[in-house]
Amino acid sequence: MAVREQDVAVSPDLGSVLIVDDEFSMRDSLVHWFEKDGYRTGSAQDGREALQRLDEQDWDAVLLDIKMPGMDGLELQRRIREVDPDLPIIMITAFASVDSAVQALKEGAFDYVTKPIDPDELSHLVRRAVEKRRLQRENAQLRRNVDQLSTPTTIVGASGPMSKVLELVASVAQTDATVLIRGESGTGKELIAQTIHANSRRRYFPIVPVNCGAIPESLLESELFGHEKGAFTGAQYRRKGKLEMADGGSLFLDEVGTISLPMQVNLLRVLETKEFSIPPLRERRQDIPLLAQHLLGKYAAEMNRPFTGFDPAAMDLMVRYEWPGNVRELANAVERALVVGRGPLVAAEDLPMRLNEKTVPPAGDSLADVEKAQVRAILERTGGNVTRSAEILGIDRVTLYNKIKKYGLRP
Amino acid sequence: MPGPGIDVVPIYFTERDETLQRLGAALELDFRTTVRYRNPWFDPEAAFDAGRGQYRAALFLKALLLDPQADPAERVIGVTSVDLFTPVLTYVFGEAQLGGRAAVVSCHRLRQEAYGLPPDPRLFYDRLHKEAVHELGHTFGLMHCRSIGCVMGASTYAEEIELKAASFCERCRAVVARNGAPVLSSPHGPR
Repeated sequence: MAVREQDVAVSPDLGSVLIVDDEFSMRDSLVHWFEKDGYRTGSAQDGREALQRLDEQDWDAVLLDIKMPGMDGLELQRRIREVDPDLPIIMITAFASVDSAVQALKEGAFDYVTKPIDPDELSHLVRRAVEKRRLQRENAQLRRNVDQLSTPTTIVGASGPMSKVLELVASVAQTDATVLIRGESGTGKELIAQTIHANSRRRYFPIVPVNCGAIPESLLESELFGHEKGAFTGAQYRRKGKLEMADGGSLFLDEVGTISLPMQVNLLRVLETKEFSIPPLRERRQDIPLLAQHLLGKYAAEMNRPFTGFDPAAMDLMVRYEWPGNVRELANAVERALVVGRGPLVAAEDLPMRLNEKTVPPAGDSLADVEKAQVRAILERTGGNVTRSAEILGIDRVTLYNKIKKYGLRP
Repeated sequence: MPGPGIDVVPIYFTERDETLQRLGAALELDFRTTVRYRNPWFDPEAAFDAGRGQYRAALFLKALLLDPQADPAERVIGVTSVDLFTPVLTYVFGEAQLGGRAAVVSCHRLRQEAYGLPPDPRLFYDRLHKEAVHELGHTFGLMHCRSIGCVMGASTYAEEIELKAASFCERCRAVVARNGAPVLSSPHGPR
């Protein structure tokens, strides 16, 4: 048929429909029908061609003839599911093959229509299918946004003890088990809890924190389990417990050690507990340079301060300090240094603690003991970089190698 | 200045002659053009599908295009009382070439009697007029329009035709004008 070159009115994008039918007249009339409705259309005469079309571009819905020579509609549906499990597929069937259509529905088809198709039914069905696809996409996009927003502060640490913790986090996040996180103050227990939540299937639901230490024991039970109206004096309304509020999400019981033993026993009846501990910072000194640099980057950006790193003396001090307040203390120290220092490097005097406070003492008093401790500290600080360590120590590389050998250190 | 003419071809048309005359006169005004009435130059029975008891719309279009006196600038619309179908659909009110020359419209499902209701000649004519303008609109390259009341809105059942006017919305009217027919603006049409 002759078609003149003409302007075609531009309609808003309604979506795209792929039509798969071995009969030309069926394909042709469906393509024309959908084109007039403003859909972008494509067609394929068999399974192979359909998979090719699907490979070439993304479609919003597929209309699929169930009965085709070669790969039939059911088989093609299975193949499409492998590539694009969410793509809505509408099966076209003859009255005689409704059984196959039911099978297709069981295998995840969006719906089916019988040939010849009622135009009104077809119009509604395709509109719904395309709408479903649009909502799925929107949902996926929102989930990605939530993922980005809910990713908590990065956990920094490459040391052996910390890698172990991160491995545990990854493995418990896949389960719904209760986890008891132990660690000294400031080691990052809350951060670990948030990380477990953010990596779990529960991440689209809330993480509900309860600071057990801040709630009077007498009210803790009601806080956790809720109560009905009139359950006790003062219970004027039904109140949802935190356990109920966290349904589908995670319950974070902070400072659980502060509650009484009978209450802990009550909790244990509800919760099965897995346990792991976070090592204190002094047991993973290798992570200090990495952590300090990470914190510096973070605070420098937040506070708009012109800092790029630490001078050797400052780093030396940090690596040797005991950090009784753990990562929280380190964070506070770096933050303070950025306020009082001038930059671009943090100097030792910018830091709030002093070497003579709580630092790793050399193992002995001899010059050799002191030298060994210093060489070890510098090697740790530079992550075992011999060239940089030699520079900091003011000796050449060969001398440093000799000292490493002499003291049995590992670069 | 009148645009290219429209040939109106009754095919198995069993309504009153004045219905066709009235439709032709309305289309002359709608598309500001001249209408010619011509008898079919083909055997319409070739489009009949015995299995379905209906006539295949695309075959009417094809026959209308195989016109020995065809003027490539003119449009042609078949008007029929028989029920039309496309292979995949149970029925169609009409069919047209998108951006082409030919269109066809059926009265069969536009009559109230088709739904067991008492006849309503005024409603029937309104539906026929709207569907004829709609199918001719497709020949001007118009797709279905989402503007409320525009004649190019899709209708999949007869009552839905009542939701639209017999005229184009401004956007569709502009496309028709660009593509060959200076369409009269309608003070009562949708905006």
